[in-house]
Amino acid sequence: MLLEIDGLNIAFPTRRGIVNAAKSVSLSVRAGEVLGLVGESGAGKSTIGNAIIDLLEAPGRVTAGSIRFMGEELRTMDADQMRDVRGKRIGMIFQDPQTSLNPLMTIGAQLVETIEKSTKLRGRGAYDHAVALLEQVGITEAVARLRAYPHQFSGGMRQRVVIALALAGDPDLIIADEPTTALDVSIQAQILDLIKSLCRERNLGVIIVTHDIGVIANIADRVAVMYNGEIVETGDVAQVLGAPKHVYTQSLIAAVPRADTKLDRFTSVDYIEGNTASFRRIDIQNHWLGKSQRHDHTGDAIEVSNLNLSFVLQKAMLKRNRRMLKAVSDVNFTVQKGETFGLVGESGSGKSTVARLIAGLYKPDSGQVHVFGKDINQNRKAPESRAARQALQMIFQDPYSSLNARMRVLDIVAEPIRFYRLTDSEQETRTIVGDLLEHVGLGAAAALKYPHEFSGGQRQRISIARALASRPRILICDEPTSALDVSVQATILNLLKDLQQELGLTMLFISHDLPVIRQMCDRVAIMRHGEICEVAEIDAFFEAPQHSYSKHLLDLMPDMNLLTAPTSKV
Amino acid sequence: MISFIAKRLAQSLLVMAIVSAVSFSLFNFVGDPVNNMVGQDATREQRLEIRDKLGLDDPIITQYSRFVGNMLKAEFGLSYRIKRPVDDLIAERLPATLELVFVSAVISLFFGIILGIYTGIKRNSWISRVILSTSLAGVSLPTFVIGIGLIYLFAVHLRWLPSSGRSGVVALGWWKTSLITLEGWRSIILPAITLSLFQLTLILRLVRAEMMEVMRTDFIKFARARGLSERAINFRHALRNTLVPVITIIGLNIGGLVAFSVVTETVFQWPGTGLMFIQAVNFVDVPIMAAYLVFVALLFVIINLIVDILYFVVDPRIRLGG
Repeated sequence: MLLEIDGLNIAFPTRRGIVNAAKSVSLSVRAGEVLGLVGESGAGKSTIGNAIIDLLEAPGRVTAGSIRFMGEELRTMDADQMRDVRGKRIGMIFQDPQTSLNPLMTIGAQLVETIEKSTKLRGRGAYDHAVALLEQVGITEAVARLRAYPHQFSGGMRQRVVIALALAGDPDLIIADEPTTALDVSIQAQILDLIKSLCRERNLGVIIVTHDIGVIANIADRVAVMYNGEIVETGDVAQVLGAPKHVYTQSLIAAVPRADTKLDRFTSVDYIEGNTASFRRIDIQNHWLGKSQRHDHTGDAIEVSNLNLSFVLQKAMLKRNRRMLKAVSDVNFTVQKGETFGLVGESGSGKSTVARLIAGLYKPDSGQVHVFGKDINQNRKAPESRAARQALQMIFQDPYSSLNARMRVLDIVAEPIRFYRLTDSEQETRTIVGDLLEHVGLGAAAALKYPHEFSGGQRQRISIARALASRPRILICDEPTSALDVSVQATILNLLKDLQQELGLTMLFISHDLPVIRQMCDRVAIMRHGEICEVAEIDAFFEAPQHSYSKHLLDLMPDMNLLTAPTSKV
Repeated sequence: MISFIAKRLAQSLLVMAIVSAVSFSLFNFVGDPVNNMVGQDATREQRLEIRDKLGLDDPIITQYSRFVGNMLKAEFGLSYRIKRPVDDLIAERLPATLELVFVSAVISLFFGIILGIYTGIKRNSWISRVILSTSLAGVSLPTFVIGIGLIYLFAVHLRWLPSSGRSGVVALGWWKTSLITLEGWRSIILPAITLSLFQLTLILRLVRAEMMEVMRTDFIKFARARGLSERAINFRHALRNTLVPVITIIGLNIGGLVAFSVVTETVFQWPGTGLMFIQAVNFVDVPIMAAYLVFVALLFVIINLIVDILYFVVDPRIRLGG
């Protein structure tokens, strides 16, 4: 065994008592093997990775158990011995390649420094080794690239540099903490392939810490599932994903959105949510929220024609010296009333920009946006334009930054009602806010709290309640669940589906996650470099994609065949 | 980069034009200069003659363009009180001020950065706590109180150092320095410490805050995970990243040192431009005041230009574009 962890306990003393981040965790990794450590946020999986190389953040500490690496006990080593283990024998890869590299030093300087620290190579020898390492991780023109700074690399390239740095001391074990979470799908596949092939060539042991079942299915040989500080299940990847024994693993896998078939609802994950308190469901169609509004909405919900928008990258006096980025280029599509329309693309494809253009947050350089037949950019002060904006609300990606931390939930949700003067009295507003919070599953008592008292999933429910408060006909959801855990994602997506059916909403659903798109949408548009490649019915798109880029995206989807077939356990 | 510097230079010229207009307006707003130059018993003819000689009867525009023209030649006319060319007076006094500012800048940078790093890394040691609480005194006590306190302790009570003035001056060409004799150092040390204390505290606290910020970043954690030594992490990785924002403040603060030197020079009777300025204010010696204003503005502009260029040197993200 390369690494054997036995009975590991990690404690974080806090003001409210000791939090046990890991409870008698036992793990082992062989040379040439990839172990996946999977779990949701707060499960304690990253803590284990940090504990192995003694980089636990204060005040966390290991309270019991042993960590044996190639027969040596790591826990009894002093700081100097530990520094020799780090880099030289155990390498580490972190999540975000944007921040893992020192921005003020060249890649070469950082590599040479690490090589000189952890090998006997010096000067010219270290430099040559740096070139060789960059070539091994698939960076071409390595000699020239050594002189470049981190900001001159793309995200995927930076993660390759990070891997080269982790390999610099020729370690026997690599711990990769969410190595692909910050990357696009296509880059993710490349990086996972690279890690896998390095593992085979160098006979490395690899621990991949991730929340993503897809990553595990693609790369891991064995998998350990963590929940609430404990390892609930360990085993062969095919066995754990195909025939999970523990209830948690079963519900986790059930919550993963499937790309192969469309289900009515996401499988609910009772075990994880744990919260059985049921909230009053209001008869929303007959409620204030479902009452039709003064303005009759006819025609297509959203019609976008010949939309163009460029951002200035570099300002200059002369037009020819300006550097422009064409974020949205000649985009056309129509969203019919009552349908869910998906917008898919990798980062930088312009999908969020299109959403902001429709919401009126940006003004297009040219082209029109019609909401229920009204041009939203023509005379923005006109009452029709105001009504169009009221009919259209947005839910943002990051539930942490999209709510004002200094406002109570009541005021956050009531803001659109007060702004559009939708009620006659403050009393009525409060009742409606209470009903809304009940309906999204938070309970009316949540109204008096502040956003920081809620988890990510609960915050997203607040965002949804706020979006509904102006009685919209259209919801724009910009990656509404990509910051959330799978189990929470399932409940939020179910909530959105229910609301859409109850209220007959039209949805524009933006995501980079194809399985989620398949479950949510009726039609889909694929975006790349600001242009739309393909618009198709959802089943047609997944079964017979027309555009070559669509095919490419579908090929990159993690292979989920290992997973158990979905049972309609609703 | 060249276009960037050219843009900054153009902005600097604009600043200088505005400052020159302000300092020129001093001549017209701060009383009648003739009254200050002649005795009580001067005749009307004598007054008219001086008015004519100074060109005070010309139209404002003519006077202003003459002022700017002279300014470009570094001529600011005669001091009303001492009756000598202002540029000569400034050239005489400048070495004293610049040496004082230089020594206090070195003190505040050296100790500010060293102590800032120390307190940023060892945040919980008792030495850090002592340094931080002492540094509070540096910010909250006014400069003149610190100066008088130091004079009382080292000059009056212990009698180790002179209480005021600048001695041990040696002429190197036209530059009169006090930095090459022991006597000179004895006289500069107290005013320099007094002047540097405020800036030292500011730099210390800024470096500490930045250091703590940088120590939390992923690339420091990654450097640790690669087994790099603490020294390499602290100095090669953390310190340089700390310096990017610190440079801005330091640049502005060196300008601040020149401005604060007015108080310090008065307390220590240091024969620099600051003391000259205070005396000029007392006697409404407008040419000196105007020249001092222009001079301080020029210093600020030059320092800011240097800071902007330093960004290019330190931060490759600015140098090479995103």
